[in-house]
Amino acid sequence: MQDWIKIGRVEDIPRLGARTVHTTKGDIAVFRTSGDDIFALFNRCPHKGGPLSEGIVTGKVVVCPLHSWTIDLETGEATAPDEGCTRPVESRVADGQVWLKLECAKKVAHG
Amino acid sequence: MNAVPRQKLVVIGNGMAGMRTVEELLAIAPARYDITVFGAEPHPNYNRIMLSSVLAGEKQVDDIVINPRAWYADNGITLHTGDPVVGIDRAAKTVTSANGVVVPYDKLLLATGSKPLMPPLPGLELPGVVAFRDIADVEKMLDAAEAKQRAVVIGGGLLGLEAAWGLKRRGMPVALVHLMPTLMERQLDVEAGGLLQKDLTERGLHFFTSGQTEEIMGVEDGRAQGVKLTDGREIPADLVVVAIGIRPNVDLAKASGLDINRGIAVGDDMATSDPAIYSVGECVEHRGQIFGLVAPIWEQAKVCASRLAGRDDAHYETPPLSTRLKITGIDVFSAGQLAAQDEADEELVYRDSARGIYKKLVLRADKVVGAVMYGDVADGSWYFQLIREKADVAAIRDRMIFGQAYADATCKGHAGGVDVAAMSDDAQVCGCNGVSKGAIVRAITGKGLTSLDEVKAHTKASASCGQCASVVQAILTHVTGEVVEAKAAGMCGCTDLSHDEVRKEILHQGLKTQDAVRSALGWRHADGCAKCRPALNYYLLCAWPAEYVDDYQSRFINERVHANIQKDGTYSVVPRMWGGLTTPDELRAIADVADKYEIPTVKVTGGQRIDLLGVKKEDLPGVWADLGKAGLISGHAYSKGLRTVKTCVGSEWCRFGTQDSTGLGVKLEKLMWGSWTPHKVKLAVSGCPRNCAEATIKDIGVVCVEAGYDISVGGNGGIELRGTDHLVRVATEGEVLEYAGAFMQIYREEARYLERTAPWVERVGMDYVKKRVVEDAEGRRAAFARFVFSQEYAQIDPWAERASGRVDAHEFKTLAEVG
Repeated sequence: MQDWIKIGRVEDIPRLGARTVHTTKGDIAVFRTSGDDIFALFNRCPHKGGPLSEGIVTGKVVVCPLHSWTIDLETGEATAPDEGCTRPVESRVADGQVWLKLECAKKVAHG
Repeated sequence: MNAVPRQKLVVIGNGMAGMRTVEELLAIAPARYDITVFGAEPHPNYNRIMLSSVLAGEKQVDDIVINPRAWYADNGITLHTGDPVVGIDRAAKTVTSANGVVVPYDKLLLATGSKPLMPPLPGLELPGVVAFRDIADVEKMLDAAEAKQRAVVIGGGLLGLEAAWGLKRRGMPVALVHLMPTLMERQLDVEAGGLLQKDLTERGLHFFTSGQTEEIMGVEDGRAQGVKLTDGREIPADLVVVAIGIRPNVDLAKASGLDINRGIAVGDDMATSDPAIYSVGECVEHRGQIFGLVAPIWEQAKVCASRLAGRDDAHYETPPLSTRLKITGIDVFSAGQLAAQDEADEELVYRDSARGIYKKLVLRADKVVGAVMYGDVADGSWYFQLIREKADVAAIRDRMIFGQAYADATCKGHAGGVDVAAMSDDAQVCGCNGVSKGAIVRAITGKGLTSLDEVKAHTKASASCGQCASVVQAILTHVTGEVVEAKAAGMCGCTDLSHDEVRKEILHQGLKTQDAVRSALGWRHADGCAKCRPALNYYLLCAWPAEYVDDYQSRFINERVHANIQKDGTYSVVPRMWGGLTTPDELRAIADVADKYEIPTVKVTGGQRIDLLGVKKEDLPGVWADLGKAGLISGHAYSKGLRTVKTCVGSEWCRFGTQDSTGLGVKLEKLMWGSWTPHKVKLAVSGCPRNCAEATIKDIGVVCVEAGYDISVGGNGGIELRGTDHLVRVATEGEVLEYAGAFMQIYREEARYLERTAPWVERVGMDYVKKRVVEDAEGRRAAFARFVFSQEYAQIDPWAERASGRVDAHEFKTLAEVG
């Protein structure tokens, strides 16, 4: 069972940066591009599990801080020839609020 | 769908030969077999050739894994590691492992590899005696390198030399004992072997050639203590590495009743005397020959895979072999015959003793049958190709010793490097991975590759030892034309301008933001990329210290959060200790912080400071706040900037000290802390020429003498060890600060981002550095003034800023918790 859950405002996330959301299924990295698009991925690089939220964001990719794999923010797929994929999480923005489609949650605590 | 039941293939041996065969098999017949692999070692399959690079500290064990466990799972292969097969029942067609696993097979592949050849020496069983064969051996050697004083390597072949060099790189004094009068006598002639020995002696290895080991000395139930030679010489050592060669591992095959000579006998079809059992790699013997190099083994793997796939037209034939030595900075190549064997053979020799270059070609009936090269091996692959193609070289005989470029230029009227256009499609470019020119060209055109890294990733060419990288690059340039050449010179994929050109334009056009740079200079991507953004951020910061606003999203994570990310996502925290000095209060504060935040590891660093490891990201501001109360600030252990100033105690305490080295170190650190530089910068000050602070491997090193201070620059103690070059001797502390500050500023302004002082000094030359810092007094004072000016804006403690909660607070908090 999945639900749309409000996790914060667009401006809470730095441009060309990311914030994390803790969930029972693991951390999710929520990215904001220079054009204010929002994308969310599970926060584990498909290579060695590096925290993608700590990488450098450019265009619509993030470069993993551990070994510089380049991950597509929309699909979660590694840029060829590296192969691997981290799971994307559906997101949407309404009235400046960011919503993620997540497993049905009991409660939300905002940090 | 046709439902042919899969056959069962069992592979004994999880090494390079066995897994290469499986890879080749999966490529041509992916659904033919259910595959089970047994490996005696606990690791997945790794590149044994690169063990010497792991030993030398150039690679990590993880870097040399060829197929991770996921690969086995993805291909449906059942893998048993750490579980050797102990029996084969050929009648029942089953194998049994040490752990009692019994698996039936239709086809069996023996890839049991080789064992180190151990001479029958007294003392071989002592602790401290190791072979050089697998990861476990390397781990033992690395432990010894950390704990012990001296090493002896027995064996002056490829393996022994790489072991000796690796241990030397790890900081051990190393002696090498070799039975023959010259090194690598199976691959090199006397002359090249002599040059090699001379070069390695200059690099600090000690040789005992014509040295026969009599025994490994050691006390009763103690460790090895050294090696005794038959001529009575004794060499003390705490680690003895035996690397005299390998012998095929035939134990299992022998017990199973297969035909054995020196190795497991196989035919041209790679089958053993039992047609259901195949064998490849260092365990086999084919037409009386056994194998230790990778190229023929890859060929065996290909033939064996074809046969396993049911094709009967594949036949193995040993290709001509070539050898290279993997010691950084030493270039050796040999192929085929080492010398003329009778009157029909001729030798062409080129010798330049001043430059340490030696080349010899052996010709027979106008064909090249052998090549030995030392010092300049650029044309090795060309000569090797001439050997393999049995090309008639009568027309270029008088020029070919000078290399392909010269031979071609004079014969075709054009100059150039390696002529990749003339290379045939089946010419082998990468010997390690057996990649032909044709395969590289097909990958480039078929997949639209534009960089060396891409070609490497797709074809594996130059992915193992890397020595063919320049040829691969030349093929890339040849196939794709000028676009690539232009791109190769650029800073990154966003621009064709070089680092130096971009910096010039920043000053020239007065560009003061990254957006301004990117739009004025026609960047291809509006945001830039992860390569150019950190560089631009630094160049702008250096050019406009008072005006440029740092863009923290263009910094790597460590500089963004002012701590070092660790592999588990936690951070390490290193407070600054001026010149290595600390106080009881500071130590108490560090201890309290470690307790309060349950920091798992506290370590003293090589730079005379204390590292708190395993700090959670959200705890960082709290840790910094507590440390700040005791007066501790960031040590910038994470930055491309000033790291540490290491000192010895100097004249204040030491009976040899000539000057106050600790005090001077503190002054230098107070001058330079907080500065951003192209790459990290480390300093040291020693109180006398005994140099206990190891100042001569630092970016800037000061050695005190009675008459003043010797300043030297451009040292590096990392992968590529480099001693400093002497810059100047000065009389006062004030002059040390001025010269060091000026050097630092010129390095900041002129080196490329991520270029340490060592390669920068080598690139621009020490004469240039002296001209700017020593001879041009006015220029020096101006550079020093620019440094001091920029420091006004740089010396703000980033930890205090963030501990206050006013800067980047979002960085240390999660956005939300769900569930």
